[in-house]
Amino acid sequence: MNDTIKFKIDSQEIVAKKGQTIVEAAKDNGVYIPTLCNFEGVKPKGCCRMCTIKVNNRFMTACTTPAAAGMEVENDSAELNDIRKSIIELLFVTGNHFCPSCEKSGNCELQAFGYRYQMMVPRFPYNFPQKGIDASSPKIIKDQNRCIMCKRCIKTIKDEEGRNYFAFQNRGSELAVVLDKKLGKEMTDELAKLAMENCPVGSIIYKEIGFEKPIGTRKYDKQPIGSEIEV
Amino acid sequence: MKEKIMQIVTKYDADRTRLMDILLDIHDMQGYVDDENIEVLAEALGMSEAEVNETISFYHFFTKTPRGKFTVYLNNSITAVLRGRDAVKSAFEVACGTKFGAVSEDGLFGLFDTSCIGMNDQGPAAIINDRIFTNLTVYRVKELIKGLKEGKKLNELVYESNGDGNNADKDMQSMVQNNIRKGMFLLNKDYNKYEILKEDLSKHSPEEIIQIIEDSNLRGRGGAGFPTGLKWRFGRRVDGEHRIIICNADEGEPGTFKDRVMLTEYPDLVFEGMVVAAYATGADIGLLYLRYEYKYMLKFLNRVLDEMREHNLLGNKILGIKDFDFDIRIQLGAGAYVCGEESALIESLEGKRGEPRDKPPFPVERGYLGYPTIVNNVETLASAVKIVKYGAEWYKGFGTKDSLGTKLLSVSGDCRFPGIYEVEWGTSIREVIEMCGADDVQAIQVGGPSGVLIGVKDVDNLGATDLMKWYKPSGMMVAQKIYDRKLSYSDLPTGGSIIIFNNSRDLLREVVMNFMDFFIEESCGSCSTCRNLPFVMKQKLEKILDGHGVRQDIDDLLNWGKIIKVSRCGLGQTAANPILSSILNFRGLYEKDVKAMTDFDNIFDIEKSVDAANKYLGRKTEFHHN
Repeated sequence: MNDTIKFKIDSQEIVAKKGQTIVEAAKDNGVYIPTLCNFEGVKPKGCCRMCTIKVNNRFMTACTTPAAAGMEVENDSAELNDIRKSIIELLFVTGNHFCPSCEKSGNCELQAFGYRYQMMVPRFPYNFPQKGIDASSPKIIKDQNRCIMCKRCIKTIKDEEGRNYFAFQNRGSELAVVLDKKLGKEMTDELAKLAMENCPVGSIIYKEIGFEKPIGTRKYDKQPIGSEIEV
Repeated sequence: MKEKIMQIVTKYDADRTRLMDILLDIHDMQGYVDDENIEVLAEALGMSEAEVNETISFYHFFTKTPRGKFTVYLNNSITAVLRGRDAVKSAFEVACGTKFGAVSEDGLFGLFDTSCIGMNDQGPAAIINDRIFTNLTVYRVKELIKGLKEGKKLNELVYESNGDGNNADKDMQSMVQNNIRKGMFLLNKDYNKYEILKEDLSKHSPEEIIQIIEDSNLRGRGGAGFPTGLKWRFGRRVDGEHRIIICNADEGEPGTFKDRVMLTEYPDLVFEGMVVAAYATGADIGLLYLRYEYKYMLKFLNRVLDEMREHNLLGNKILGIKDFDFDIRIQLGAGAYVCGEESALIESLEGKRGEPRDKPPFPVERGYLGYPTIVNNVETLASAVKIVKYGAEWYKGFGTKDSLGTKLLSVSGDCRFPGIYEVEWGTSIREVIEMCGADDVQAIQVGGPSGVLIGVKDVDNLGATDLMKWYKPSGMMVAQKIYDRKLSYSDLPTGGSIIIFNNSRDLLREVVMNFMDFFIEESCGSCSTCRNLPFVMKQKLEKILDGHGVRQDIDDLLNWGKIIKVSRCGLGQTAANPILSSILNFRGLYEKDVKAMTDFDNIFDIEKSVDAANKYLGRKTEFHHN
C-alpha cells in the first residue's frame, strides 16, 4: 500500500505508483492528457507544452512532473484545451504541413490533434517558411518542412555506442533537427524504420516503400487520438 | 591541426562535459571550429558529429567558418540604437568594405551584430577580438579601422586611456568605465579584503551562517528573488558526494551591467561570498559562470583567485578548518542570454546547449553533474558577505519590510548620468528619474521578474510546488501613471535594469521591436511556444505599424501573449512582455495606428503586389476598386 499515492485530476481521484509522472498516472486511470514530444521509455523534456496542466493554479507539464500526494490537477478545462489547440495551430503555421500528400497522413499525431481540437482555420497567419529536405541518407528522408522539434528521434535513435543519429542545430526560430551525415549513411533498415515510426509527424520518411497501408485505413483514420486511453 | 586539437582534448581529459572549454580553446587558437575539427572532436569524445555541432551552433560566439582577423561584434541593444548605432554600423561597413554578418574579401574584418554586451551606459560599444570599445562614433570607427589597416595593434587604438578603477589594472587594461554614481554598503571600500573570511567565518558554525542569512531575509538579486538562506539550507540538507556553489555572472538581461562593475571593483567580495556559501552548505566545488562578453576580465579574475589560494582562502583545509576544501573555477560562456537561467547555465557548464531543464528537480536537488547545486547571483553573494560581517539586524535597517537591503540599479537610456546606482529597496521610480537626471520621460523599462511574495519558513515541508512559485518573472514597460510605485519584491521587482526613454522615442517601432528581436534571437527554441510565438506576434505588431491593423489585432496580441506563459523558463514566459506591457501602459499608441472603421484587413495589397510586374512590363494597371 505504501508505494501508492492519491491525487486528483479535475476532481477525479487518481491512484498512482510512487515515482510516476502525472501523464503516466493519468493514463493508468483512464484519464487522457495529450502529449506530443513525450515518448514512452525515454526521459521526458517538456518541449511541445501540449501536456500543460495546472497544479495548484500554476502551469506545469504533466509529462515531466512527478505525481505527488494531494495534488489538485486541472486538465480538461476550456482554458487548457484552448492553449493546446493554439500550440497545434502554431506548429501548423510555422511549418509546411500538407496532409493530403503526406506519407504519414492518418498516422500523424499532429494531424490527429488538428482533428481532436477541431482546428478549422488557425488563429495565426501561415508563414510558409522556406525549409529544406535532406535525402542524403540511403535509408531515410529528413523533411524539415514537417519537423516540429519534438526531440523524439534525438532521444531514441542511437548506435551501439550511444551516439545520436539526430541532433539539434542552431537555436530560436532557426532551430532544426538534423541527421548526422556519417551515421546517416550507415543506418540500418531496422533503425530507419524505427526512426520513422517514432517521429510523430512525417518529417522522417523511410525510403523505397511508400503508402504501404492505404490512407483511410490508418491508426487515426479510425479513432481519434487519445481514445485508446480515455474511458 | 589534428594534433593540436587532440592536445586540447587531452588537456580536458577527453571529458565531454568540458566541451565548452575545448571549443573555447580551439577558438582562441584559430578563431573557428570547422567540419574537420568536429570530426576529430566527435571521434575523441565518443559523440556523433551532429552532437558536437549541436553545442557549437547554439552559441553566438562559436563559429564553423573564419570570422576575420579582426572580428567586430557590435552591440545592438536599444540604448546603443538610441545613441547612434545605425551610423556607427554604416561606418564599419564602409570602412571595412563588407556588410554585417560577413567577412571582408581580404579576410581582415568580420562584422557581426550581438545582443546587449553589458555596456549600455557607454554605448554603442563593440567587442573586437575580445577587447571592448565603448562610446563609438563614426569618427572613432574610421580611425580604428584605418589604424588596424596600417597594422597597428588593438591596444594602441583605444581612443581614450584606460577606464577608472581596476579597469586600468595591468591584467585588464580596458577602456570600460565603471560609472558608479551612488554607493551604499555594497559599493563601499570600507572593508578590508578577506577580513570576513579570516576573522569572522570560524566564529560561526555553518548552521549559524545560514541562520544569519535567513534572518536577514536576503533574496536573490538576479531577479527571481528566491530567499538565499532557504536555498542554502535546502542545498545543505540534500545528500551528495559533492556539493556545488555556482556564481551566476551571466548577466544578459538587456540593460544590466551591475555584475560587470561588481566583478571589476569587488571581485574578492564576490569570491568571498562563494567561500562563505561553501562553508555554510558544505560545498567543495565552486564555479563562476562568466559571460563571454566579459572575457576581458578573465585574466584579472584568475589572478584574484590565485591570490586567495596563496592566502589559503581556497584549496584544502581553508583557514585550517578541518574538511573545508573548496576551490573556484571560472567557466566562460559563449554568448547565449538564456544561460542566465540557472538550469540552462548548468547545462552549459556540462558542455551542452543552454536549454533550461524541467523543474522539478531543482538545481538544489540535482544540479551540476547531478550533484546538489546552489546558484547565486554576483550581487547576492557580495551582499551575503556584508551581512555576515555586520549582522542581520544591521541589514534590516535598509529597505522595506518585504525587501530588505539595497539593490544595484543599472540605469541607461535617455538620462544625463547613466551608470550604477546602489539604492535602498523601496526607492520609487520617480526618485530614480531624479537621481539619474532624466527629463521629458515617456517610458521606463523596468527589467526583471515579478514573483509573488510568500512567507516560506518551514523548509522541511517545502515541496517542489512551493519552489515553483518563485519561477515567475516578467519585465515591464512603465508609464507615468505608476512612477510612484516602489522598487521592491512586492510592488515592482527588478533584476536592476532600468532603461529610460524620452518623448522623442518611438516606443513601438524602436523600442518594442528591438526587444522582440532580442527575444526571437535569444530563445533556445526548445519550447514550441517561445520558439514560435514571439515571431508570430512581431509579425502582428508589424501589421499594425504598417497601417493594416484593426482593433481585433490588439486583442489577438493580448490573447496570444497568454499562451506563451506555458513556456518552461522565465525567458520564454516573458518573451511577449514588451508587447503586453506596452499595450497595458501605452494602449493609445496601438489605437492610434489601427483602423477604427473596419474590422477586417488581411494585409493583401493588390496594387503593391503587382507593382514589380508593372515595373518590368512598363505598364500601369487600372484598378476598379477604391
